[in-house]
Amino acid sequence: MSVESTTAPSPAPDLDRQTMEVDIACAGFGPAMGGFLTTLTRAWSENPADPAFESKAAPGMPLQVLCYERADDIAAGVSGVVTRAQGIRASFPGLNPAEIPMAVEVTHERVLYLLDPIGASRRSLTLRAADRVLRALGPLLGARDHAFELPWTPAFLQKHGGLVLSIGQFNQWVGSQLMATGLVQIWPGTPVSAPIFPDAAGKDGPAEKTVLGLRLADQGVDRFGTPADGFMPGMDVRAHLTVVGDGPVGAVSQSIDQTLGLPQGHAHREWALGMKMVIELPEDSPLQPGAVWHTFGYPEPEIFGFLYVHPQRLASVGIFVPSWMSDPSRTAYRYLQHYIQHPALWRYLKDGILRSWGAKSLEESGKRGEPFLAGDGYARIGESSGSTNMLTGSGVDEAWTTGTQLAEAVVELLRAGKPFTRENLAATYETRRRASWVERGAREAQNARNGFHGGIVKGMIGMALAGLTRGHISFQAHIPPAPKQIRPMSSRSAARLKLKNGAVLALENGRPLHDALLTARGWPEIAFDGRLLVTQQDALLMGGKVQAMPGFADHVVFRDRRLCIACEEKTCIAMCSGQAITEGADGVPAFEREKCVYCGACLWNCAQSSGGDRSNIDFLAGAGGLHSAEN
Amino acid sequence: MANAVHIVVCAGIVPDPLQTLEPITGPNGPGLKNEMVLPAVLDPWAASALYEAANLAAKNPGSKVWLVSLGPKAKLQQVMMTAAQKVPFELVPIDGPIGGFPDAHSTAAVLAESIAALPGLDRDRLLLFGGWESATRGAGVTLQLVGERLGITDQFYGVDQIDLRDDGSFEVLERVEGGKHQVSVCAGTPAVLGWATGNLAEPRNNPQTGMANMRTIMPALQKARPATLAPNGLRYVSVSLPKQQRTTRVVKDLTPDEIAAELVEWIGAE
Repeated sequence: MSVESTTAPSPAPDLDRQTMEVDIACAGFGPAMGGFLTTLTRAWSENPADPAFESKAAPGMPLQVLCYERADDIAAGVSGVVTRAQGIRASFPGLNPAEIPMAVEVTHERVLYLLDPIGASRRSLTLRAADRVLRALGPLLGARDHAFELPWTPAFLQKHGGLVLSIGQFNQWVGSQLMATGLVQIWPGTPVSAPIFPDAAGKDGPAEKTVLGLRLADQGVDRFGTPADGFMPGMDVRAHLTVVGDGPVGAVSQSIDQTLGLPQGHAHREWALGMKMVIELPEDSPLQPGAVWHTFGYPEPEIFGFLYVHPQRLASVGIFVPSWMSDPSRTAYRYLQHYIQHPALWRYLKDGILRSWGAKSLEESGKRGEPFLAGDGYARIGESSGSTNMLTGSGVDEAWTTGTQLAEAVVELLRAGKPFTRENLAATYETRRRASWVERGAREAQNARNGFHGGIVKGMIGMALAGLTRGHISFQAHIPPAPKQIRPMSSRSAARLKLKNGAVLALENGRPLHDALLTARGWPEIAFDGRLLVTQQDALLMGGKVQAMPGFADHVVFRDRRLCIACEEKTCIAMCSGQAITEGADGVPAFEREKCVYCGACLWNCAQSSGGDRSNIDFLAGAGGLHSAEN
Repeated sequence: MANAVHIVVCAGIVPDPLQTLEPITGPNGPGLKNEMVLPAVLDPWAASALYEAANLAAKNPGSKVWLVSLGPKAKLQQVMMTAAQKVPFELVPIDGPIGGFPDAHSTAAVLAESIAALPGLDRDRLLLFGGWESATRGAGVTLQLVGERLGITDQFYGVDQIDLRDDGSFEVLERVEGGKHQVSVCAGTPAVLGWATGNLAEPRNNPQTGMANMRTIMPALQKARPATLAPNGLRYVSVSLPKQQRTTRVVKDLTPDEIAAELVEWIGAE
């Protein structure tokens, strides 16, 4: 396609790229890769002279294991986190949470249903009726601050005995131990643009499931990928085994899925955007480290929320905006600000200070989104391999455990002198995974959230049924592709048209449409205080510390401009965590990579598609993004 | 004709300046709140010095670049995974404390001792590089003291450019008032250069450079000698952050001149 019809980068010039041979090349450094490398290096350290760990890529040298991470620092990740830490504790039996900054054991857990104190959230008649009954019975039921606490935390949700973590600090803690071994190398600030397939890939149909290594991203290019000043083509890292743990929107994972396909009936159709703040609580805060809150009902019925208390008066507070929330003007940041101002939370958060902020996409398809776990020369671990459990609401521990399972398999194959073929990896890694608690949990969770596609009440009932029966009873549902889950903006409803017209008038002030629509619906304007309630751009700078190295191509690409021009919904703009995607002059959204936090929300918040599951937005590899170490 | 030089770059590691930094006073004196949490980077001023050193070495075959860095070994290792991708150098790590509060004299003593002991260092061809101040406390003292301890009296600060001449002399541009540079000509090495930003863009992350550097960096880190700083009675009376004010306005249709005029007016009003 020409530049005029797409914002996609120019095809890579036919180059003589530098090539390097290694034994194991890893894409991404998160909990899954942390589990993989920790388990691998432990086995290796038992006997460093073990010939199994001699390099075949560089004879005479030890095993060459290189990990490439896109973010500027291994501490720059974002996630909740509260975890049962079953797999993590198995890897670190004597773990003292005090060793990991911001970590603490879970001490107290509660589930809160939040009523709407403002009256702006869009609730069904059933829910409104239920709310009226609850308000009337409030004093009897112990309601307080427009919130009802469930008398118990459902077993499937419980994290008793687990850990509250900062994923950035956890990754940094794991990474520093790995680097201290001197056995593996972890390179931050090094995005991987694609896997290397055999030359015949694509020419005669789908390639055999083979990956030969990783191609690093070109540098010194303009926004379209055309070589510019200081052009440095990305190196090809050829490996006997490529370990793919680059997260739910990783470029390597996406490329493998698109090129090699997914198992029959599997698709990536269920997503959520998690957005959080790390708040320094007021000095007199009664919240204790280890407190865990799960919330639902506010600011919209579809939005779940959380509050986890770390040591030293820090709290992670956030929401999840799911793909099954069909409102085309769904958004996250402003909803998060309304969330923290709910009376049940605000009484503890008022006078707090914003310390950090971030957002990420969650791949919530679980088993239904599971790719081929291994092929010739490659294996998939972590969230992009479908390990996240959306019944228990956990992913970090599952991801970690898939990494340990792959490492055990790799050690077994190295010691047996066997190659990393699909059959060998299936017999070792897949077998371990299928026999583990990760798989059991994934099967129980498989249909747990189906009901939400029929409404929030049905969804909660469905989740409870699945949870209480360990997945034996659940609702069935057809989950459409993500673009189809977004309700069309155009409507014959007079009320909707009036609302939209009012919001369009507000656009004259330069506000984004989704923001104006929220105000038109009755959400009050945010009273910025410069400390906790700040503009979205301030959150980017004060909280996320977002930055981007020059010399990389735009990594968000609008594939067919004509579809963008015709699109009324432009949910990509509403859901962009960093306001990096904005209205363009010609109807095609404008993208500023310096503001992108790599949440990947745009990938699944595009209402357009030229067919299949793939939307009109490509989310590619790039450097920079969130730079805070406290998320 | 090129002149081979031996360039020793003194570079501390500092908490990433982009993170939330807050001074506190603990039992051992002032420090940073949650310092364990903070990732570290190579001091930005010293990083400029390193890139300039590598550039100079590349233009003068036979030259060599050492990076001498005092800091906790684990933090040094983490920083190296980024720094090592930038330019070629040999790391000389010293496992010890670093921060904005240790005494510059004690720090300089440790650094000078390590530099003097570098095997193969030709003092007559020595250029001692560093930042003209550090991102930790910004006193701009340590490098001067290192130079004095090594007996190097030709010292230049706020340097943005050096041009080596065929006869071994060199011309240096140092920042002075009014946005100007003072041009000096020095007869030859040894000399100390405390760099400002220089004129080079930050080098791209190059995995091959990183791999090549790692072959010497990893063994060096394993063998890093521990160092303690001699106490000398330094006592901080008080520590505080400068006052900050923040206001944000997102605009898309103003020219740079209009934005600059608005900023000038705002600064004047505050």
